[in-house]
Amino acid sequence: MEISLKTETMTVPNSYLRDFTGTDTGSDNLGPAWLSSLRQRAAARFAEVGFPTRRDEEWRFTNVSPIAETPFTLATKAQSALSPEGLSRFTYEDMAGTQLVFVNGHFASELSSETFPDGVTVKTLASAMAEDSPLVETHLGKSAKFGTEAFVALNTAALEDGAFVHIAAGAIVTAPIHLIFVSTADSGPTVSHPRTLIVVEENSQVTLIESYAGPAGQVYFTNAVTEVVVSENAVVDHYKVQRESEKAYHIATMQIALARSANFSSHSIGLGGQLIRNDINAYLGGEGIECTLNGVYLGKDKQVFDNHTSIDHAMPHCNSHEIYKGILNDYSRGVFNGKIFVREDAQKTDAKQTNQTLLLSPYAQIDTKPQLEIFADDVKCTHGATIGQLNAEALFYLQARGIKKDDARALLTYAFASDIVSRIKVDAIRSQLDRVLLAERALEGIAG
Amino acid sequence: MSLLEITDLHARVAEKEILKGISLTVNPGEVHAIMGPNGSGKSTLAGVLSGRDAYEVTSGEVLFDGQDLLELEPEERAQLGVFLAFQYPVEIPGVNNTYFLRAALNSIRKYRGEEEMSAPAFLKLVREKMNVLHIDQSLLNRPVNEGFSGGEKKRNEIFQMAVLDPKLAILDETDSGLDIDALKTVAEGVNALRSPERAIIVVTHYQRLLNYIVPDFVHVLSGGRIVKSGGKELALELEAQGYGWLESGSTSELVAA
Repeated sequence: MEISLKTETMTVPNSYLRDFTGTDTGSDNLGPAWLSSLRQRAAARFAEVGFPTRRDEEWRFTNVSPIAETPFTLATKAQSALSPEGLSRFTYEDMAGTQLVFVNGHFASELSSETFPDGVTVKTLASAMAEDSPLVETHLGKSAKFGTEAFVALNTAALEDGAFVHIAAGAIVTAPIHLIFVSTADSGPTVSHPRTLIVVEENSQVTLIESYAGPAGQVYFTNAVTEVVVSENAVVDHYKVQRESEKAYHIATMQIALARSANFSSHSIGLGGQLIRNDINAYLGGEGIECTLNGVYLGKDKQVFDNHTSIDHAMPHCNSHEIYKGILNDYSRGVFNGKIFVREDAQKTDAKQTNQTLLLSPYAQIDTKPQLEIFADDVKCTHGATIGQLNAEALFYLQARGIKKDDARALLTYAFASDIVSRIKVDAIRSQLDRVLLAERALEGIAG
Repeated sequence: MSLLEITDLHARVAEKEILKGISLTVNPGEVHAIMGPNGSGKSTLAGVLSGRDAYEVTSGEVLFDGQDLLELEPEERAQLGVFLAFQYPVEIPGVNNTYFLRAALNSIRKYRGEEEMSAPAFLKLVREKMNVLHIDQSLLNRPVNEGFSGGEKKRNEIFQMAVLDPKLAILDETDSGLDIDALKTVAEGVNALRSPERAIIVVTHYQRLLNYIVPDFVHVLSGGRIVKSGGKELALELEAQGYGWLESGSTSELVAA
């Protein structure tokens, strides 16, 4: 009997490839030679691997066939108009800082900041590549590899524009830099492939926010890839706020490369979308690194939230902390897969992973899988997963003090996520999350 | 009119009948102690009165201020002025103690048609009550009961009672597990809240608490029934005799004692 080791793949609809292979489109904005080569290799790779199926271990719980089967098209610049009022729903009124806005992957200069603080370069990838920036050539596509990652390959094949953020050595940037990716699909399902490259030089400090959003009810597909390069002793606080339309598909990979003594925190907040897949992969390539990956997501209706994280400890004396919390209502489903690798050289690693899920409905579901692979012998690695309902005794306690049952449930739901919320340093994001968690109840001063 | 009127109350947990016909009348200003051995139904009675849904009332009636208490949700009972001091106060990480108490108070005030209390007015009230209970200010800024010692949790219950100002307070074994100093503090707090308008039901396993909170009436609960009622001296007799006589099947020994 012949055993095939090849992963079964789904047939790739022609529409996906036609748009990106360059040869078909005859596009002249392929940029420098290295880029067109990168894109062609990615397109070829995607044609080869195709969309993953549930036979693929990494996609066991999430069926992406609706993405493969929906006839998404790339929206033109003309189809991607957004008024400042339209944008205001996706920004934070009371937040200082700068922003870069993309609509369906097209840069919206009229909605973006014109100037940025000293030491900060924020521009489109297209303009950086047009200038033939060596930084872009050095880093783009280097950490987000597309060997087996079909969606990364697809994103890379489509790579024409995106956001480029560079923080100069020693720059301390206090106000957040907000990258906003808005999708619209007024005349049929659209797809965009947001690409972000963030390069943070040594001894600098920055807060970055990536927002993904779209108008309610619209069907579109966001396929995002973010690469973050954090140099020695730099501090990065990264937020991802996902507020896609309830009919949207959102697949995203964030690849983080950390150098010695870097301090990186990721806060992944999932609120919208119908099918959401987040892959966050951190490579700890120096000593003394602090890496925090936190996430919270709120599922309702039939939403599917699939979070995959990987923390790769390659060097000694690094700490990683990870807390992911899911709050699942109705028929929503969650998936958590948390990989921690501790390589042979990574002695004195301290890695802690926690995954907790609150099921608010008898039909909600979570599949959770911690995956620790440890090759060093002097390390501390812990992981824990809990799944539960609201504590009935706590609910009664609150009611017995006169608090209405619905309010009490909101309070306890809030309390469940509070340790993640309290770690969010951007006030505007924290209060946004507070409001969502408390189901718009005004409960000022609740944090304990 | 009496504040609380319990008539022939029967209740069960799952299939097990725990309360087998309790009748009790409590008037404003009175302090009633309900004593009894483990499993006699003390906590069940407290749970039924406060609306814990593990219990099913199979027959009987409970009127509070003339209103059918058993029909109401736990929060409605609290809003009407019923307060249960929990035997095991619940830890709620992530919810600030002060926030929680103000939300509770305002929910009750709203029900009574009163204005919500402003944050400064609330803090003033809280400081006042804190002193009586020797509650440390830092406790207020911590999550509800989280990391509190046993004594702190029980004091926090009485502190909540002081702030919420109920008409009827039910103390469910508030004395259990307390050392003598904590017990005195709790009793002091309760005594400070005795008033002609308020009734208090003290549910306890031990007589000791009643040295400090002197009841007007003592009821002995056994096998789901009140088998004996009397004045404060009944507690002392019980202390001398223990609960052993209950198992011997008759109350006559106690009466003879």
